[in-house]
Amino acid sequence: MRYVLRRLGFFVLTLWAALTFNFLLPRLMPGNPALAMLGKFHGNLTPQSLNALEILFGVNTHKSLPVQYIDYVHQIVTGNFGTSLDFYPASVDSVIGGAIWWTLGLVGVTTVLAFVLGTGLGIVAAWRRGGRLDSLLPPVFVIASAVPYFWVGMVLVLVFGINLHWLPYVDGYYVATDTPGLNVTFIEDVLSHALLPALSLLITTIGTWILTMRNTMITTLAEDYVRMARAKGLPGWRVMLDYAARNAILPNLTGFAMSLGFVVSGAILIEYVFNYPGVGFMLLQAVQGEDYPLMQALFLLITVAVLVAILIADLATALLDPRTREAR
Amino acid sequence: MALQATVESRRLPSSQALNRIGRAVRSNRKATAGTILLGIFILVALFPGVIAHDSPTLDAYRPHLGLSSAHLLGTTAYGQDMWAQLVWGTRNVLEIAFVVGLAATAIAVLVGIAAAYLGGLWDGSLSVVTDVLLVIPLFPLLIVIAGYAHGGGTLVLIVVITATSWSYTARQLRAQALTLRSRDFLEAARVRGERKIYIIVVEVIPTMTSLIVASFLTNALYAVLFASSLQFIGLGDPNTVSWGTMLYWAQNNAALQTGQAMWALAPGACIAALGAAFALLNYAFDEIGNPALRPVRRRSLKRQPIQPSPVEQGERHAA
Repeated sequence: MRYVLRRLGFFVLTLWAALTFNFLLPRLMPGNPALAMLGKFHGNLTPQSLNALEILFGVNTHKSLPVQYIDYVHQIVTGNFGTSLDFYPASVDSVIGGAIWWTLGLVGVTTVLAFVLGTGLGIVAAWRRGGRLDSLLPPVFVIASAVPYFWVGMVLVLVFGINLHWLPYVDGYYVATDTPGLNVTFIEDVLSHALLPALSLLITTIGTWILTMRNTMITTLAEDYVRMARAKGLPGWRVMLDYAARNAILPNLTGFAMSLGFVVSGAILIEYVFNYPGVGFMLLQAVQGEDYPLMQALFLLITVAVLVAILIADLATALLDPRTREAR
Repeated sequence: MALQATVESRRLPSSQALNRIGRAVRSNRKATAGTILLGIFILVALFPGVIAHDSPTLDAYRPHLGLSSAHLLGTTAYGQDMWAQLVWGTRNVLEIAFVVGLAATAIAVLVGIAAAYLGGLWDGSLSVVTDVLLVIPLFPLLIVIAGYAHGGGTLVLIVVITATSWSYTARQLRAQALTLRSRDFLEAARVRGERKIYIIVVEVIPTMTSLIVASFLTNALYAVLFASSLQFIGLGDPNTVSWGTMLYWAQNNAALQTGQAMWALAPGACIAALGAAFALLNYAFDEIGNPALRPVRRRSLKRQPIQPSPVEQGERHAA
């Protein structure tokens, strides 16, 4: 229980840190960059949205920093992130609402897939120590860890999109011809458009799962209870899955939490390469268009998503591993 | 073996570690490959003019040229020589890698060792800062900062990446420094009445040389990837000659679609190769820095003291 409380406390603390950072950043930058942004849009804004933006970025205000901070937190907690300037007059909330499902679908499915496949491959590699898979993995992983995510995407675009003409590589669906909704062509097109970005993410993230799983599994295989299971004459696959893998999977779960930030980062660039209409691509658009309200909200959203995922992984660890519950 | 052990015991711990590093580089094939690869890149960065005679920025040639002996990789849509850009671009990436690597490692050493050695409230607060930075998604954070800073060029990239990326290695260093805390030779130094700062600088840091080198390599690898990614999405200074900005211009000119694939492929491959050099070296230094990876040596240490005994250490410093 103490472990759970500690993790919850850390979650709140990190969230607070991200929020405060978001608050301080535009105010600390030399010549508050938001001022220029607001200047450009000044004539077009309604008084309410102008007021909301002024609270978010600390522009045109004579209030002290602590008072600004209270106003800011109040506005964020009530979910008012202001008006998007690129998509004016849409509110930031509604703009993000349209993009988030694309990212959740793409990154969610790929992450689960990479986790399952990678863990499986890691189990097999450790079980057949010194085998072909096992000796191939470390050098491949070294190279893979150094390749930029987005470049993998570009190579896939070149090979499968441009040279072979097998798959589409721009947007999330055929923007010109498809009507979004529950019709067969649209769903087919969404899937075919997701294939290449998903493959890029899979290629770049799977190595971590394989390697972590393999390394812990090798340690677990040396344990007495595994030898015991073998001595009892249990079939090989049962020893592998029920005795060794089951106990070795925990670090992979924690690793899942830790590397999630990297998955999200990679997804941003991959969405950019494929013009995929998710939050990552939107974040970059917001940065390039100096749409600071949208940028700020997206950063908070991504951070919260990662933190929640880490919290869930922590809680899952507490649930699955009695040692964390008792020891701490 | 016994002779070697006595010879080693006379040396400083840091030169011991460096010696071990040297041996590992020669015996470990990955380390050798990494050293050679990194060496080539450093040479290219130091003397780019030797292998690339064209100016990287001059758009004096016909655009969209293919591969030829005059233009090894062809020319860009602006008529710049791509080979020259690639070669001269090495300098910018290596600059960022080394400066960020050194600066981030310095912060990590400071924070990690201070946390472990001072303990108590210091450890608590420094560890919290480290952990918070560790879980906040760094790349979106970098994008936001660089976005506010309006792509302020290489210096901004260096500062921003350094400020955000030291936490991972700081945590590793803290963990190792914690295991050192109760070692006898540190106890001896404390009993002698040495000051804390002296113990940290002269006793603790030299003992951790290999992990510090590994931290440098990790941070340098992150710097290469982060900086290239930021330049790729246009958050660096687009007029710098570097691999990341090459990729940015390639993407902006739809190089893949217009048959200029080399514009994007070549710098990406270079980033991967430089990153791989750091990663390969890191592999080797990991084995040196992490005692758990060399269990045989460790067991023999207990029976015959290869490492300097506390008494010898004490004498060395008393002298």
